[in-house]
Amino acid sequence: MALACFKLPEFLVERDYDKCINCRVCERQCGWEVHSYDEEVDKMFADTEKCVGCQRCAVMCPTGALVISPHPGRYREHGNWTQEHLRDAIRQSETGGVVLAGSGNDKDYPVYWDKLLLNASQVTNPSIDPLREPMELRTYLGAKPESIEVRDGKLVSQLPPQVQVETPILFSALSYGAISFQAQEALARAAAELGILYNTGEGGLHHDLYRYRGNTIVQVASGRFGVDPDYLNAARIVEIKIGQGAKPGIGGHLPGEKVVGEVSVTRMIPAGTDAISPAPQHDIYSIEDLSMLIYALKEATNYQKPVSVKIAAVHNVAAIATGMVRAGADIIALDGFRGGTGAAPKIIRDNVGIPIEFALAAVDTRLRQEGIRNRASIIAGGGFRNSADVIKAIALGADAVYIGTAALVAMGCTLCQKCYTGICNWGITTQNPYLAKRLNPEIATERLVNLVTGWSHEIKEMLGGLGVNSIESLRGNRLHLRGIGLTHGELETLGVRMVGQ
Amino acid sequence: MNERNNGRRAVRIDATGLYYRDLNQLVREAISGGARRIELEGVMGQRYIGTNVYECPDLGDVEIHIHGVPGNDLGAFLNGPRIVVYGSAQDGCGNTMNAGEIVVHGRAGDIAGFSARGGRILVRESAGYRVGIHMKEYGPHKPVLVIGGSTQDFLGEYMAGGVIIVLGLGIDGPHRAALVGTGMHGGAIYIRGEFDRDRVGKEVGIVDPDAADMAEVEEHVRAYTDNFGGSAEEIIAGPFSKLYPKHLRPYGRLYAY
Repeated sequence: MALACFKLPEFLVERDYDKCINCRVCERQCGWEVHSYDEEVDKMFADTEKCVGCQRCAVMCPTGALVISPHPGRYREHGNWTQEHLRDAIRQSETGGVVLAGSGNDKDYPVYWDKLLLNASQVTNPSIDPLREPMELRTYLGAKPESIEVRDGKLVSQLPPQVQVETPILFSALSYGAISFQAQEALARAAAELGILYNTGEGGLHHDLYRYRGNTIVQVASGRFGVDPDYLNAARIVEIKIGQGAKPGIGGHLPGEKVVGEVSVTRMIPAGTDAISPAPQHDIYSIEDLSMLIYALKEATNYQKPVSVKIAAVHNVAAIATGMVRAGADIIALDGFRGGTGAAPKIIRDNVGIPIEFALAAVDTRLRQEGIRNRASIIAGGGFRNSADVIKAIALGADAVYIGTAALVAMGCTLCQKCYTGICNWGITTQNPYLAKRLNPEIATERLVNLVTGWSHEIKEMLGGLGVNSIESLRGNRLHLRGIGLTHGELETLGVRMVGQ
Repeated sequence: MNERNNGRRAVRIDATGLYYRDLNQLVREAISGGARRIELEGVMGQRYIGTNVYECPDLGDVEIHIHGVPGNDLGAFLNGPRIVVYGSAQDGCGNTMNAGEIVVHGRAGDIAGFSARGGRILVRESAGYRVGIHMKEYGPHKPVLVIGGSTQDFLGEYMAGGVIIVLGLGIDGPHRAALVGTGMHGGAIYIRGEFDRDRVGKEVGIVDPDAADMAEVEEHVRAYTDNFGGSAEEIIAGPFSKLYPKHLRPYGRLYAY
């Protein structure tokens, strides 16, 4: 029996009828069916309760007649019982279900990037102007040998496989199924234009995207969806997904409604069945088992590709990471607790895992202490919002970063957090052809390229200010960072000094 | 050593003391060089046999005969060849395999057939824990796993497709595996002989197989007896139970939207 709904609307839709021309754009743009037109009175109406606040109608309205704002009607304010706590408890008392959420942890935890400040050269060493002088962002991902031998100016040692990227910013795992084909194609095309990599996630590789193989990371996760030798060999890097920052320790259920048409073909499962990714990979219960899969993948790709292992940033991340490196991982991908997702139980998204800043610092420190930092590259992900976050991560020890949410924002995402419903007015996290078609892959590609190009320019400027001409010179150089407003314990774990020191 | 065998180019490789990577490289080179039948002698624990031959041509035509005990992940990601083991297989046999056949004249360890999407695995005797977890099928790909004896717990957990047949030959008493088919949402498990119905997952239904089911079982039982001997008729006489998923979407009602 459906129980009566006691929820207040979250958003208020206000229409300026002096401006509204009844063009019905808002009605067509809204997959939530908020707007409707009443012919009898020749007037547009809005069902405020259905609005998720994605702002699609407001930005598409040709006359600027719409304003969407947080609903002023609130439950009585309570310091402990926030509006969100009330809403979720009401929702659960009506359904008995697990509350889902999209996007990343949106709670007010400290963002440590904002408490780290970069250095700049003054007087004693000259800064470099990247507009006049070369500035190197090129990065090589993969295990580096203990030593190399050079004879007659030529490298004679055989290096483990290296993957070259032109800037240390990669698109993180976003699977086809979670996002539309148009969105994934845009990521692939942008990666190809930028000389970087995108990541298929655990959704298989659509046959039309094999042409971007030179810029593809493929994932092998607990469901093994779409994984076959063609898939593994189409990639530059094969990534074993153990965990994800948005939902450490749990698996995923792509609901049967989303396993339609090409999604079913690409995942290689029948249409309409749930795509269930178990919480663990059942062939990995230990570091030794992880090693077994790493080398199985190396055998399956004839040792031509680095194998990455992605984990969520959790409490003992440093010890786990050293086990991963010793198990044979060429790349360690760390995903902090602010990392996004298409769907996660909100209680997990908001309460499990640790910030990427600490995980990254702890792992880099531990691998250096054990003398094995060269044996794996580190890719950090989970909440990178701008180029300053990226460059600070490099200084803390990352080789490159993964951006997911930032890439979605470039394509139009406004973080309404409703990805799990399959309705996305921006055409990104939907398999509804009517909605998906509005995302033009060409335009989305251009926007992605613009974002990463802009960030890369900013990184060059900041590097120049530091007086270094290569991202290599910054990697793990924490002397370029200072902490502000941090405790001694925090500074110690981050391995940075306090401002003024 | 090269020789002709039934018109197929055969290659014999002595695996004694070889590191797995070197052995697998030799196998790869042999198949790339046109060998269709590989005899591996003295195999002792080498992993991933049959995994690295992906780019070799006409893999469906290749047979790898293993004398000894191959190591973990035998035929992981296998995509065409037929592997025959004259001995037992260790853990991960047929892990995520896509096509081909693995015939084990002995036992198989844990997670045999894990996440397989196609091909067939025949195990003469029993297998370990977590066998056939998350097997799946798609289009023409339908994996089949036949276990001659019994298995340990978690058989067919999260199973999404394909067929598992457990024959119960030579076992003492009923099947003892617990938590069979937990989270199952596709495929079928056929168990011959007695088992405790309370030990299967709550997502699993149990029925007597119908004629179409038994035709499928018979096809694979005959493959079993063709390889290992015994009377197909006696085995087919059963009794078999069919375990099937009650729902395609076992967790469809778990969430609050």
